[in-house]
Amino acid sequence: MWEFIFKDNKDISGCGVSGIINVKGSLIPGDLIIKSITCQEERGNGLGAGFAGYGIYPDFKEFYALHVMAEDKNSLERFERFLFQQVKAIYHEPIPTRKVKTIKNPPIFKRYFVKLELEEQLPTEEEENKLIEMVMYINANLNGVYILSSGKNMGVFKGVGFPEEIAEFFKIDEYQAYIWTAHNRFPTNTPGWWGGAHPFSLLDWSIVHNGEISSYGTNKRYLELFGYKCTLLTDTEVVTYLLDLLIRRHKQPIKLACTALAPPFWMEIERLEEEEKNLLEALRIVYGGALLNGPFAIIFAYNGGIVGLTDRVKLRPLVVAKFEDFYYLASEEAAIRTICPNPELIWYPKAGEPVIIEMPMGTIPNQKSYA
Amino acid sequence: MKPINFSSFYPDFYVERLENKCIKCKICIKECTYEVHTWDEKKKILKEDHSKCVGCHRCEAMCPTNAIIIKRHPSQFREHHLWNPYFIKNIYKQADKGGVLLSSTGCDLPLKIYFDHLVIDACQVTNPPIDPLREPMELRTYIGSKPEKLEVEKTETGYKLKKALPPLIKLEMPIIFAGMSYGAISLHIHQGLARAAKELGILYNTGEGGLHSSLYEYKDHTIVQCASGRFGVNVDYLNAGVAIEIKIGQGAKPGIGGHLPGEKVNEEISKTRMIPLGTDALSPAPHHDIYSIEDLRGLIYALKEATEYKKPVFVKVAAVNNIAAIASGIVRAGADAVVIDGIRGGTGAAPTMFRQYVGIPIELAISAVDKRLREEGIRHKTTLIASGGIRCSADVVKAIALGADVVAIGTPLLIAVGCTLCQRCYTGKCPWGIATNNPELIKRLPPEVVYEKVYNLMNAWRSEIKEMLGAMGLNSIESLRSNRDKLRAIGLTKEEMEILEVKHAGE
Amino acid sequence: MSVILNVENWSYTKVNQYLREKILEGETEFELHGVNGHRYLFAGIKQKIKAKILGVPGLDLGCFMSGPEIYVYGNVQDACGNTMEEGKIVVYGMAGDVIGYSMRGGKIFIKGDVGYRVGIHMKAYQDKHPVIIIGGKTGDFLGEYMAGGTIIVLGLLSQHPEKPITGKFLGTGMHGGVIYIRGELDPFFLGKNLKISPINEEDLTYLKTILTEYCADMDENLESIINDRFSKITPVSHRPYGNLYAY
Ligand code: SF4
Ligand code: SF4
Repeated sequence: MWEFIFKDNKDISGCGVSGIINVKGSLIPGDLIIKSITCQEERGNGLGAGFAGYGIYPDFKEFYALHVMAEDKNSLERFERFLFQQVKAIYHEPIPTRKVKTIKNPPIFKRYFVKLELEEQLPTEEEENKLIEMVMYINANLNGVYILSSGKNMGVFKGVGFPEEIAEFFKIDEYQAYIWTAHNRFPTNTPGWWGGAHPFSLLDWSIVHNGEISSYGTNKRYLELFGYKCTLLTDTEVVTYLLDLLIRRHKQPIKLACTALAPPFWMEIERLEEEEKNLLEALRIVYGGALLNGPFAIIFAYNGGIVGLTDRVKLRPLVVAKFEDFYYLASEEAAIRTICPNPELIWYPKAGEPVIIEMPMGTIPNQKSYA
Repeated sequence: MKPINFSSFYPDFYVERLENKCIKCKICIKECTYEVHTWDEKKKILKEDHSKCVGCHRCEAMCPTNAIIIKRHPSQFREHHLWNPYFIKNIYKQADKGGVLLSSTGCDLPLKIYFDHLVIDACQVTNPPIDPLREPMELRTYIGSKPEKLEVEKTETGYKLKKALPPLIKLEMPIIFAGMSYGAISLHIHQGLARAAKELGILYNTGEGGLHSSLYEYKDHTIVQCASGRFGVNVDYLNAGVAIEIKIGQGAKPGIGGHLPGEKVNEEISKTRMIPLGTDALSPAPHHDIYSIEDLRGLIYALKEATEYKKPVFVKVAAVNNIAAIASGIVRAGADAVVIDGIRGGTGAAPTMFRQYVGIPIELAISAVDKRLREEGIRHKTTLIASGGIRCSADVVKAIALGADVVAIGTPLLIAVGCTLCQRCYTGKCPWGIATNNPELIKRLPPEVVYEKVYNLMNAWRSEIKEMLGAMGLNSIESLRSNRDKLRAIGLTKEEMEILEVKHAGE
Repeated sequence: MSVILNVENWSYTKVNQYLREKILEGETEFELHGVNGHRYLFAGIKQKIKAKILGVPGLDLGCFMSGPEIYVYGNVQDACGNTMEEGKIVVYGMAGDVIGYSMRGGKIFIKGDVGYRVGIHMKAYQDKHPVIIIGGKTGDFLGEYMAGGTIIVLGLLSQHPEKPITGKFLGTGMHGGVIYIRGELDPFFLGKNLKISPINEEDLTYLKTILTEYCADMDENLESIINDRFSKITPVSHRPYGNLYAY
């Protein structure tokens, strides 16, 4: 039944985004992120919303947490048979939900805390590649199930509805996280499909995004060169894979990866000192296929940090604020002020210049740093 | 008995002289290189031999009183769908002369022109169009082999490259001039093209006829070609440009070589090609050091060794049936750029049967090659240059969306300097001073005029490409590359759309 | 003093780079040992240096070069002297196919047999006049498309004593230059539009000069060669394909 998602119809949508991080690793109650994203109600149309929280599963922090949605019992059983052959699931349970009047016939949601059964210890990167491979395989080949997220100590909750409805449904108010991101969606063409909502996640990357990327066709084909299959036909999926490719696989520092996605103009590059000029010229030449053209503002997070980035001519808004150990990112200043009325600092990042906020190393378990 | 020439009985064109306008200035006599117009001293009138007219329109254009009109000859054969006049007349010609039919320019058959079945996207509401007049719009493109990923290292202030990139050529717009040899066209054209390429920040191509000494100053904008005849090829020549193009074949005549007849090899051409005056310049069909793909690798690396790896090496091939596999082999053999020339690619002279019937259209070829190289994960290793049948800036945009990095154009440049596509370049009598080296005729087209016209044309295309990019919401040409989503098909079959990887309009 | 180096474990690029550096430093004599399949040696080098090669160089020895004198103590593989412009290659062994393709000047002397399509598309221009002398026998298509220069086949020392001195389609498409064959030539082997004639005084003088050089290099006896009969092959026309087309 979910076949339509693999048809060749690109998702087109506008949206609102929010993100919060506590750089000391203190836990932030879910209420805050709900408040922030619902303040941007006007930016959605009730066709999708979602949340990603980091640090929500401290008891299972060493396991990959798979958030799975299933169309029906049969699909879920088929999936479980497959999954249990591939990995060791230490614990699994339905994701707790509430009844929400406006949400009719939601899919089934379950979460699995798993580890790969390997003969020998692999370097993290290779282990992660294996997990990605499995997730991609399941999402592309097993009918009726879809893995929403697969990182350690994190999870994505999303679906069709307004943000407060989705928050209510998934009991977001009962979770605590040191990083939250949220999304309020305004799709113009895809039918409401729960998996199509955002954040989009792969491993511990999660991405929320606002805007429509005009270079989608180019980016998608570029990614295919490296074995990524863009099955969801959403911009967010493409951005996630690009970040995975550039940062995790090609080991580019986040700043350069972001520069590849939203590079300066040639005329700006020409004015730089030789060394930097050569670097940026080469970056554009080699990663031309990764340039995201058209309007976008994205917030992406991983175990250890949160990053905000806008397109090279700033066609979508992004605001950042700081208060004590908290940093806030959102499409609208109001979304920040509603949960943090008097920030110490508030600023509008420049086009194409990433805002990278990482916790100091050693703050949280399984921490990663790409800065 | 006097030989009968059937072919002369049925002229293609009819030269109409409006007697009330003609002032008998005799300019037409001078202008027509085919000796159509003659003066009858006894009767004091101008006469015309319709059978000699090739329809170049030179006399019509030059006539000060507009007294001449060149028309298709109204005389008609009885209709026959199979045996139309084209085939009938060709048979007369061959029966008269017993030779291979020759033509010039590119294939003129009404084969499906895929460009005309593709429409371009524009932004409406969900993302904004960009106005190129006020916002930056980047067309810069680099030719050459690019690494798959970048190696950087930390410095005190940021990052720097660990290793410089291999030699790449910077273009300020994704268009280059296709190889047309001095010999096939006049030196003035080369001079004008070279100067225009320099002003525009792009490249022109020597073709296989060597490099005239007056063109050495355009070094940074020159591609030197190395074809099977190796005319004018020595180390200095190989180092005289920014890139070397190995010409394996061309779209107008895949699988056969070139032939510049001895009568065209004058003093300057002989010097440039480094062959004696008046000898035929024959380019064999294959390079005789390449009988297989590993031999191509041999030549590519011979050129790289000889030029110390400072020049990217291009390989130009005609688009033929298995072009995707061929291109993949060429990339694996080490070509930094692959030039693919479709069936409509022009030529100074080609056997008619080849020009018309051998090869495939560039639109299909480029898409198939792009797809294949992606599937094999080697797309970044080369630059794809599409040529053969590009007529306007929208064709350029479509070719890039279909997977080309750069397009090469030839015929549009010649039309820009006056060519009327009479398709008789092989006679060497081009009345427009283009496809000729007759010292009198080339004066009709000085290099400055060539420069100006070509510069104007490219300037116009550049503006149009920017407008189209802006409408699509893109501000940099690399975001158009392979972006089939920006195209939709109208009236193409499923197979065609699959090859082009485009959806039908409305989908 | 020559620069002596063993290149057994070197890539051809490294060898060429090293040679270029040394040449720039002013070295003029080289001796390469351990050559085996190294391609493109001396590619594009313009200086008038001298080199000895011990071993079997690979594809395209001396391609595009314009100056060096190379003495090979071994056989050479295909496309030796490809598009060379000046200089000399002396091979004390046999040679593969397509030797001297499109060469515009300089000399290639081979002691033994050569393969197919040797001297293809050779040209001459102004003071440049390429020469190939083959001590042994040749394969088919010798001098195909030849547009200038001289090819001499002596048939002295061959792996195929029973075979004719040249292969078939000799000089096919030839429209310039001269091919001299020691002894008689059966017209069966000849390409179209060529003529065989006996040599005249002028030819003899030329042969004497060039063969003196060859014999000195190869340690052969000039007397015993020059007194033999030679056949001379030249094109009937410089425009072999003049009547091919119907306009
Ligand atoms: S100038 Fe051209 S158009 Fe005029 S008569 Fe001569 S061939 Fe015909
Ligand atoms: S270049 Fe001259 S001869 Fe050739 S088609 Fe154009 S006008 Fe005719």
